[in-house]
Order: sequence, then C-alpha cells, then structure tokens
Amino acid sequence: MAEIQSYTMNFGPQHPAAHGVLRLVLEMEGEVIQRADPHVGLLHRGTEKLAESKPFNQTIGYMDRLDYVSMMCNEHAYVMAIEKLLGVKVPIRAQYIRVMFDEITRILNHLMWLGAHGLDIGAMTMFLYCFREREDLMDTYEAVSGTRMHATYYRPGGVYRDLPDSMPKYQESKFRSKKDVDRLNAIREGSLLDFIEAFTDRFPGCVDEYETLLTDNRIWKQRTVNIGVVTPDRAMQLGFSGPMIRGSGVEWDLRKKQPYEVYDQVDFDIPVGVNGDCYDRYLVRVEELRQSNRIIRQCIDWLRANPGPVMVEDNKVVAPSRVEMKDDMESLIHHFKLFTEGYSVPEGEAYAAVEHPKGEFGIYILSDGANKPYRVKIRAPGFAHLSAMSEMVEGHMLADVVAVIGTQDIVFGEVDR
Amino acid sequence: MSNRYEKLAARIDERFGEQMTRVESICGEVTYEVDRDDLHDVATALRNEAEFGFEMLMDVCGVDYLTYGADEWTTASATGTGFSRGVEREPVILDEADEFDPRRFAVVYHLLSLQHNFRMRLRAFTGTDNPPMIRSVVDIWNGANWFEREAFDLYGILFVGHPDLRRILTDYGFVGHPFRKDFPLIGNVEVSYDAEKGRVAYQPVSIEPRTLVPRVIRDDNRYSDDLKDRIDG
Repeated sequence: MAEIQSYTMNFGPQHPAAHGVLRLVLEMEGEVIQRADPHVGLLHRGTEKLAESKPFNQTIGYMDRLDYVSMMCNEHAYVMAIEKLLGVKVPIRAQYIRVMFDEITRILNHLMWLGAHGLDIGAMTMFLYCFREREDLMDTYEAVSGTRMHATYYRPGGVYRDLPDSMPKYQESKFRSKKDVDRLNAIREGSLLDFIEAFTDRFPGCVDEYETLLTDNRIWKQRTVNIGVVTPDRAMQLGFSGPMIRGSGVEWDLRKKQPYEVYDQVDFDIPVGVNGDCYDRYLVRVEELRQSNRIIRQCIDWLRANPGPVMVEDNKVVAPSRVEMKDDMESLIHHFKLFTEGYSVPEGEAYAAVEHPKGEFGIYILSDGANKPYRVKIRAPGFAHLSAMSEMVEGHMLADVVAVIGTQDIVFGEVDR
Repeated sequence: MSNRYEKLAARIDERFGEQMTRVESICGEVTYEVDRDDLHDVATALRNEAEFGFEMLMDVCGVDYLTYGADEWTTASATGTGFSRGVEREPVILDEADEFDPRRFAVVYHLLSLQHNFRMRLRAFTGTDNPPMIRSVVDIWNGANWFEREAFDLYGILFVGHPDLRRILTDYGFVGHPFRKDFPLIGNVEVSYDAEKGRVAYQPVSIEPRTLVPRVIRDDNRYSDDLKDRIDG
C-alpha cells in the first residue's frame, strides 16, 4: 500500500469558491485537512485610516463598500454611532424606513449567500433563482437612492429622502421589445411601496421553491449535515454572532435583545439551530428570509398610514433643503459650513452595533471633538468567523472546506476593510 | 444612563476597587480603564464570575493617541488676525524614541455578556515600552486571536502570550505599522510592474499628501455641561 504523506496545499487567492480573495494554506494528510491557515488582507483598503482624514458624512459611502452585499446595514451601524455621540433622535418614519431597508438588505445578503453556497457545493440552479429575486430588490435600492448597490442612503439624523412615489421603468430598445418592456413595467406602475408589497407577496413562494430544491435534497444534506459543527460554548468563545451563533443553538439576536430603531414594535421570530452544522445554519438563514419578509410587510403597512419627516430638522447636523438654501441667509450659511467643514461631534466614544445579516456589525468611534473621527474601528462579523476556519475544517475533507467557506458567508470587503 | 448599567458599574466598582477606573461617557456606555498589569486578572474575573459573565469578546482594537485633540486650523483665537484655508503640513516625523508617552497607545476591548445582556468597554494603555507591549487575552477569549494580530499589524502592539502573532491585513513584507498617527495616509512606498526586471517593483511614493477638509475642533456650547444642566434642570 502506498504511504500517504502529509503535504501543504495552496488554495486561492483567485479561486471561484473562495468568495473573493481568500488564500488558504492547507496542511493535509491525504485528502483530510489537518490545519488551515487563512491569509486575508488582500483587499485591505485602510477604510478606518481613510475615515480619520474625512468629515463624518464622507465616510458613509465607504461603509457601503465594506460588506458589498449588505450595504445599508453597514451604513446603519455607522450613522447610529454618530447619532449616539451627537445625541440625535431620528424621526419615527425614518426609523421604519431604516428597518424596512435593513430587512430588504438581509434578504439581498441571504439570497447572495444561498446562491453562492449552492453553486459551491453543486446546486447550480439556486444561483440563477436567487439572482432573479435579487434583481427586484436592487431596483428598490435604485428607486430610493439612485444607485443599485452603493446607496449612501442613511445619514446621521435620518435617511436622505423620503420614499419615491414612482419606480424607475424600463425603456424600449433594440435589445428589449415592447412586449418585454410592458411585462417588466407592469409591477412598476405604482409607488415604491406598491412594488415592495408585490415583492413580499410573491417572495414566500420563491423561498418555498428554494426549499423544495434543497431542504430534503439528498446531495445537499450529504454535503452539509455534520459538516463544520460548532458547539454553543465554542461559538461564544470564538466571538461568533448572527446566524453562525444561532445555528449553534444560542438564542441571540440584537434585534430582539438590544432593540434599536423600531425593532421592538414589529413582530418576528428568531430561528435557532440545534446541531450547529452547515445544514442548521442553512435552515436558520432560510427562515430568516421568511421573517424578514414578515417585518417588511409590517413596515409597509405602517409607512403607508403615517407620513412625516424622515430627517431631523437640526441644521447644525443636516443640510437645509435646496429651496431654503436659495432664499434664506441662515440656511445658506449652514449649507456652506456643512459642505466645506462638516459638523463637529462632541468629545467621547461610542460603540453601535446592528444585527447585520452576517452577525454583529459594530462601529466604534472615538471623537476628540473635531469634524473628523479620531479613530473608527469596524467590527466585522466575518473577521471573527473566518478566524475560526481552521477549527471548523479540521478533520474534514478538502471538498468540505468549500462548504465551510460558504456557510460562514464570507465577504472580503468587510473582512479586510 | 439606564439603571441596569449603573448597577453593573456599581458592582464593578465594588469588586475591583482601585484596579479599574471609570471613564465618563456621553452616551451611557460603561467604560473602564485598567492598568495593563491588572488586565489579565480583571478580564479573567469578568469572564468567569457569574455576576459579570462577559463570555464574549466582540472586539479588540488599538488606538494611537499621538495627535489626540490636535487641529489643523485655529478657530477660537484666530478671529483677530484672520486665517486662511490653507493647511500647513508639518513633515511627518517617525517617532523613534526609546520610550513612548505612557498614554500614547491603548488597546480597547468590547465585552458582551449574553446571559445578562450587558456590554462594557475596557481600555488599557500600553505604558512607555517601545515597542508597546501588553498581555494577550487569547487564553481567556479564543476569538481575540485575529483581533490581536490585527492590532499588532496596524499599531505594532506586541501581545505577550499570543500563540501566533503575525501580520494579518498588510502585504507580505510590509514595513511599518500603517494606522499609527505618524504613518502618512499616502504610505511610504508604491508598487508598479517593472517590464525590464520582469517583476513588481517598490519605489518611494510619488504623490503629494493633501488635505481636502482641514481638521477643526469647534467649541460647541450645545454640548457644554452647564447648558445641558440648565436644560435638564
């Protein structure tokens, strides 16, 4: 019999299953992993250092580029930290809009995760299905902020503008016939809220569709059940959060336990896993899709019934409207000061955390009273999860590494920052 | 600040006494400063003792206080003489002193207790050592591993007792600790592909640093204590 020797294998950094630029150095014994050493930082852009050299508001755009599949949730933690320091109370309508878009973002993220995770371990169709639904949600981003991904929509004091009354529509071109355009525009006739409502009506059906493909699928279960098991104690030790800790059976969700915005006003459940393996984390995330849908429905109903301001009226923090700026001297001064210098934040420090789709996303801001933060620290959930990679893949086969990367829901924008 | 957190702070004061110093917070958070020699004992107690139960360490980050409170633009005293928008940049001097200011580098820990639903923050200054040094908490919270590697990489803080203290975010062979305040934003070297040598080559940066918006500290009386007292009272 041939003698099997242990050897070291390099995986990535340019590998389609690495979800970005992850380089793994794997010590293997035959096809069994002994130790994994992830090398990260290939996408390090120094976001925190850049933030130190910019007025507070100019960093919101950088937040979108951290975890680039759940943009608005990143912004949310950042503006919450600033609001905490400034002592600003956000109008209730803006809070509902934020909650609604946080949940839309959660669906966006989980669809991306489901599609990519499926693709990695052999379920090609999932990717196509998930991106079909993602497209509609991207349109809601576009309607509200003008861009499909990097929204910069949340601002300290509220959100940039109220929800629009109309949706952007497709136009006829030589690539798209009249018939196609009419079909695509049929659900885009009403306001943004109508569009989102139509989405929430059909989305549970879509999730059922995903589940028929995967949940009882023999191959899917073979690839995920008992892979990457994490006990609740280890999950806490390793600083896990979000679906990763809930998959291990720890009932912990910041939306319930430390509610921010209006999460204490809406009704939803936290799914919890039992075994702490990849399959349980899959079930947790799929159930979160349904719960997010439920939250969005409640927000739509509230937003329809309650018009109101979406931004605080304190012009020391928020720029006055264009109209005011044009014919009021004081507003002009405020406008000028805010756009040339920004606002100064009182001296102090704050840590704001949100239940990001991937876990606890926290922003720690240290301010010395200037118009720029003295130190910004981004606590990215993926960073803590990836650090446990070696422990999760130990003793598994090479092919399971891919399943573990998938289940951790790694995005390198936030891991490397 | 909510009553729960006051109670937590009272319990911490009672338990640790002189070891921990409370830091005032403007937004109701519990922050303590702890001497670096006491850090490991305090952290162990905070994790293991049932009344605290901080079983999770959410974040570890380094802070460099070198330019804390320094602005680039005179505000209050400049009205008489006028001031221009230009920012005069002083050349960045690498701090190569044998000893640092004892309050220059700090490590900040964010703790979370799931059972009691508390958060708190610990801050430990690293003393005058060059390079700065502090006990690692990896043996208390295993999740600290990468966070400490990151603080080492970006600030050059050595964590004594860390099992595998390597650089994590910067490039292989990177020189310096980029998040220190005396490290320029534009960096020191740039890379390009050298066709003659047939490889990627490093050279000193060719761009000029510039300031788009000067750093300004405004004395805003809306946040002053006596005004707040008057509104509250």
